[in-house]
Amino acid sequence: MINRLSIDYKQLPLIATIALFVLMFSFGSLRYTGFFSTQVFLNLFIDNAFLIVVAVGMTFVILSGGIDLSVGSVIALTSMVAASLTMEAQLSPVIVVPISLLVGTVLGMVQGSLIHFYNLQPFIVTLAGMFLARGLSYVISVETIAIEHPFFSYMASTQIPLPGGTFISISVVIAIIIVIIAIFLGHFTKFGRTIYAIGGSEQSAMLMGLPVGRTKVLIYTLSGFCASLAGLIFTFYMLSGYGLHANGMELDTIAAVVIGGTLLTGGAGYVAGSVVGVLILGIIQTIIVFEGTLSSWWTKIAIGVLLFLFIVLQRIIVIRSEKKQAKE
Amino acid sequence: MPERQPRLVMENIVKEFPGVRALSNVQLSLYPGEVHALMGENGAGKSTLIKVLTGVYSIDNGSVVLDGKTVHIKNPQDAQEKGISTVYQEVNLCTNLSVTENIFIGREIKKHGRLAWKEMHKRAEALLASLQLKIDVTKLLSSYSVAIQQMVAIARALNVSAQILILDEPTSSLDRDEVKQLFSVIRKLKKDGLAIVFVSHFLDQIYEITDRLTVLRNGEWIGEYMTEELDRVDLVSKMIGKELQELEAVTKNVSHESAERETFLTADQVGLKGKIHPFNFDLKKGEIVGFAGLLGSGRTEIARLLFGADKADQGTIKIKGEKLNFSSPRQAIVNNIGFCSEDRKAEGIIPELTVRENIILAIQSVNGWFRYISKTKQTKIADEYIELLNISPANPEQLIKNLSGGNQQKVMLARWLVTDPELLILDEPTRGIDIGAKTEIMKLMTELSQKNKAILFISSELEEILRTSHRIAVLRDRKKVSEYQNQKGLTQQELMKEMAGGM
Amino acid sequence: MGKSIMRSRLFWPIMVLILILLINLFFDSSFLSIEVRNGRLTGSIIDILNRGAPLMLISIGMTLVIATKGIDLSVGSVIAMSGAIGAMSVANAETDGLGPLFTAIALALVISTLVGGWNGLLVSRIGVQPIVATLILMVAGRGVAQLITGGQITTVYYDPYNFIGGGYLLALPFSVFIVAFVLLLAVLITRKTALGLFIESVGSNPDASRLAGINSKNIMLMVYLFSGFCAGVGGLILSSNVMSADGNNAGLWFELDAILAVVIGGTSLMGGRFYLMGTIIGALIIQSLTTTIYSIGVPAETNLVVKAVVVLIVCLLQSPEFRSKVFGTGKLKKTKEQKESEGVTLS
Repeated sequence: MINRLSIDYKQLPLIATIALFVLMFSFGSLRYTGFFSTQVFLNLFIDNAFLIVVAVGMTFVILSGGIDLSVGSVIALTSMVAASLTMEAQLSPVIVVPISLLVGTVLGMVQGSLIHFYNLQPFIVTLAGMFLARGLSYVISVETIAIEHPFFSYMASTQIPLPGGTFISISVVIAIIIVIIAIFLGHFTKFGRTIYAIGGSEQSAMLMGLPVGRTKVLIYTLSGFCASLAGLIFTFYMLSGYGLHANGMELDTIAAVVIGGTLLTGGAGYVAGSVVGVLILGIIQTIIVFEGTLSSWWTKIAIGVLLFLFIVLQRIIVIRSEKKQAKE
Repeated sequence: MPERQPRLVMENIVKEFPGVRALSNVQLSLYPGEVHALMGENGAGKSTLIKVLTGVYSIDNGSVVLDGKTVHIKNPQDAQEKGISTVYQEVNLCTNLSVTENIFIGREIKKHGRLAWKEMHKRAEALLASLQLKIDVTKLLSSYSVAIQQMVAIARALNVSAQILILDEPTSSLDRDEVKQLFSVIRKLKKDGLAIVFVSHFLDQIYEITDRLTVLRNGEWIGEYMTEELDRVDLVSKMIGKELQELEAVTKNVSHESAERETFLTADQVGLKGKIHPFNFDLKKGEIVGFAGLLGSGRTEIARLLFGADKADQGTIKIKGEKLNFSSPRQAIVNNIGFCSEDRKAEGIIPELTVRENIILAIQSVNGWFRYISKTKQTKIADEYIELLNISPANPEQLIKNLSGGNQQKVMLARWLVTDPELLILDEPTRGIDIGAKTEIMKLMTELSQKNKAILFISSELEEILRTSHRIAVLRDRKKVSEYQNQKGLTQQELMKEMAGGM
Repeated sequence: MGKSIMRSRLFWPIMVLILILLINLFFDSSFLSIEVRNGRLTGSIIDILNRGAPLMLISIGMTLVIATKGIDLSVGSVIAMSGAIGAMSVANAETDGLGPLFTAIALALVISTLVGGWNGLLVSRIGVQPIVATLILMVAGRGVAQLITGGQITTVYYDPYNFIGGGYLLALPFSVFIVAFVLLLAVLITRKTALGLFIESVGSNPDASRLAGINSKNIMLMVYLFSGFCAGVGGLILSSNVMSADGNNAGLWFELDAILAVVIGGTSLMGGRFYLMGTIIGALIIQSLTTTIYSIGVPAETNLVVKAVVVLIVCLLQSPEFRSKVFGTGKLKKTKEQKESEGVTLS
């Protein structure tokens, strides 16, 4: 009986997250006419598809006990690379898309290698990565580069109809595919389980003979790839490349992951939780739009308050389990 | 028992660390179907030897022969592949993963490119059942007690078809029933023909479960014995050794009439669950009380409770008749108590600070941050103690991390001497330092007691305790078992008997 | 003599600073000249000091936080909050008297310090990791700043407010005096009391510090309080400079610049020894880098690339693994010894 309770306890953040989402959606539905519709729900995905993709990569990083501050800048850099290659170099999307995806992947791999081989703090390495990516996008151009290309327009405007007259965008499909792959990766592959093990205790993972170094490099590579993919989706969404794109996005991403129930100390959490975390950030914005009189900064304040609550909740869980351990 | 071929033979193993020879010419032979105890006090080289065997450290000299072939163990993974598995003292598993995962991670079973959880759960259950354990393997490891976690660690070790199983202090956090269960598992494994290395500080357990034992002391090989042929007192004396001659310089203290002496500290049924059984203890001014006991006997735990480093969950501590249960070291320091931890590196020195700063740290924290001791005065204090304790290099501006262990220890002593404590608790102050420094520290203790200071002296070296203490308390198995006045007739033999217990 | 200068922790940072100034001199021969105009000293150097003031202030607070093995990500948002509070409370001032000015300053500083205290409580009492604890206010603080300003850039028409960041005293910008004052305060409080020793002790070995009787929780609380205070002062200067309240952009990414300044100044992110003068030079390096990039006509935005490279080089040089790989073990030992003796000469 006690055992069962303690497991529920560990999953409390995730349960709280889902409950919170349901609560907020019901709140919106009761308060605003037109809120309770499938399309409003689907719009959460359409507007936040890129955030879902970054959050997936970030979840793995945080699960392993690290952090990646570079993701926002990588989105900007990817959008700039895609825009300038398309508009200035006049290259075909067949070339542009792979190159754009390589941007974050390579940066992520370099970051991961620095963290692993030179034992540097993830915080500082990815901080440098953040400066670098943002700076490089300005080096490409200080101005916005608007994209006019059939491929990008197609990706931006195509609506995939769903029953009931609702629709989703291509980006949503990409995001969902990524989430499914990530869930598979996290729960049904050695790589995924090693991430959890590293987050639980890096030293134990090492003594158990797991490939800690290789996994750590891969985690940051994956996060970089996700950030680049998100950058492409963001580019479809904005149809432009700009050095200021996704400014501060790393904070939203981290917040979404934490609100999604992943422990910032690593080792516990779910990709699916991060998706719900993103949806909660989305629903806060939707409510603010529906409210009409509320201003956008309430989003930040609300996120801050949620962050605080979740972090304190996590801390209580950690203290509880430490006490339990001590008693035994 | 028929003479068998040893499964593993380690010969003339040498391992050096910068400035320290952790192992010199150590031997170890492990036989199939035998439990082999590795015995020795702190710093004897047990854990270094285990780490050599499991590939964490590489050896500087010597040979490892496994099943008749000389092998080179590259890393823990390599050791596992060669059939050498280890269950470490602190369970080295990931408590955030399920029981099954902890057994299988790193060598998961796959089907169709994905992990076959069902299959793994089934096998995990079977494996644990063979260890007489029936638990829900899908639950997180953290939802089980340490004892069960230990079993899971053993199950993991066995799953690699281990030939040699190393159990590094597996019983240190288990209660009696759990130990019993563990032992029945060990007996079963022994029957299955495994060679088992067993490390424990509990002598009762050594005599109950092991067949053969190897004793190490200060990185040297003392000998290999059949357990039943070596009696407890001999074993203890081999573990702690003697350094008689060097201590002649210290005048021997004997029990002195202490009736009229003022009592400084009284502990009444003070205890902390899982650490130390409730004990009574009192200490008078000008008295040196020695704590004799092996590692893990509860000697450090008592010291930490008296100093407020850990908070007792029962009993009362009185200082000069006043009831004071410290909840932080600071309160103890303000009440004129000082404490030199046995773990100098983790709990003693502040590595990035200079000798001067390390010396004045405690007195400054008593003063509070506002009443700053001027740098001139700090230097004066530091110089004074550098001279008094013969600290070298005699440069107060040297960073303490650059000093040798003995000199760091002297700086720690200086830190507390500056506060002019009425009670000084010294936990293994003589460990890992050279004989000269040892003698100086003991001389200093005698001088302090002559100045009416009380001293609690914890040491593995009985000769040191017998020489300096007025009174001696013996600890065993987290219990204070007896107390002696240090009279002329009291011998090491007698103390060892008491420390070993269970005649 | 020459050797002891070389060994000083400040040597390399100062050399870098001088190098940057020389590069400027190469592109603009009048770079180092200082003129007197209207009784005020003007020139690029003065400009760097003046513009660098907020960063220097925030870095001073950050230095102490980092010395305890912590980090304060919230300073950028605190700048925005403090500036917003200060500017908004004088935006509608009716008089030109000094009353509203002092109210604004007091209000901004008290709230900033309280915000720092909040971080300190989370870190020291609840035991949240510093990065995480201060992340909360990094996000929410900017929202609060925008809430105060209503998301607008509100211009202040109350002249005395300009004095904080734009005023002159004895021919020098007033902000320079503020920096000097806060620096002096920090130096006095850490080096003329035992606080500095306690901070370094807690940052170097928290467990041993506790056993030596130091109340590490209070020490941590104090450094975050002070960091909040410094960010508050910085926020006032910034908003006074532009005579407006801007919750959106004021202090954006200041936390990162401040951390960079501290690291360049020689304080390790692993805690322990801290070097306030090094931090000041670090902040000046960052500021003059920005000025240089402007003045030699490189796009201002490449600044970020340069910063990224600087961060990486500094961190790699601090990493034992990197040093042993690149310089070999023999040299590693030597640089280590050298580093240690540096610590002695400049404490």
